[in-house]
Amino acid sequence: MAGKADWSASGLPTEGTLASVPRIGDIARRDVPTCMPDDPIGDVQERVRRLGADTCVVVNERNVVLGRLRKDGLEADPELSAQLVMEPGPIAYRPNEPAKETAEYLAERGVSNILVTTSDGELVGLFRRDDVLQRSTEKATEGKRS
Amino acid sequence: MPTAIDRNDLRELARSGAQLIEVLPRQEYDDEHLPGAINMPLTRMDGESGAEFRRDVPVVVYCQDYQ
Repeated sequence: MAGKADWSASGLPTEGTLASVPRIGDIARRDVPTCMPDDPIGDVQERVRRLGADTCVVVNERNVVLGRLRKDGLEADPELSAQLVMEPGPIAYRPNEPAKETAEYLAERGVSNILVTTSDGELVGLFRRDDVLQRSTEKATEGKRS
Repeated sequence: MPTAIDRNDLRELARSGAQLIEVLPRQEYDDEHLPGAINMPLTRMDGESGAEFRRDVPVVVYCQDYQ
C-alpha cells in the first residue's frame, strides 16, 4: 500500500496523540464554487456571484482539480470556456496539514487561501487562513463563557 | 504471500477486520497511526515477530510511504 502518508493525505481518520490536531481538511470550506472546463465564463460568473465567492475551481467529472479561476479569469470574455482562462494546475495542500501552522505559513507569504485536495487530486475544499483565526477566537470566547 | 494493495483495498480490508501493523518507530506510531493498528517497529523485528501475526484474517503491514 501507499503508506500512512497517503492515508492521512486523503483525509481519512487516524488515531494517536496528534490525531486531534485541527487539520486544514477539517476547516476547508466545502461550498467553493466549481465548474467544468467547457463551461462558458458567463455561466461561471453567475454561479460565483450567487455564492458570494471570488474564485471558482475547474474540475473534471471525477472532481479532480484541473485549474482555478481567480479575478482575472472571472472577468474574461463571457463566451470563452473556463479552461482557456483558468490558472492550470493550481497549488493545493493535502487535508492532513496542520491548520494553525499552515495559516501562519500562508500569512508570512501574503496568501489568503489555498485549495485542498486529496493525494488523487480530488477537491476537498478551500482553506482560508482567516477561518483559523476566527475558529481560535470562537474557542477562546467559549472558554471564557464556561 | 505478500500482495501490494492501494488505499481503497485497505479500507475494505480494515472494515472486514484485517490486522493492521505499522512498522515505523514507536514515537511515530504514538503520534499518529491508522485506526486499530498495532506497532511492530521494523528495527525490532526478529524471528519471533511472526507469532504476533494473526492467522485468521488478512495482515496489512504498512510504513510511511511506498516501500
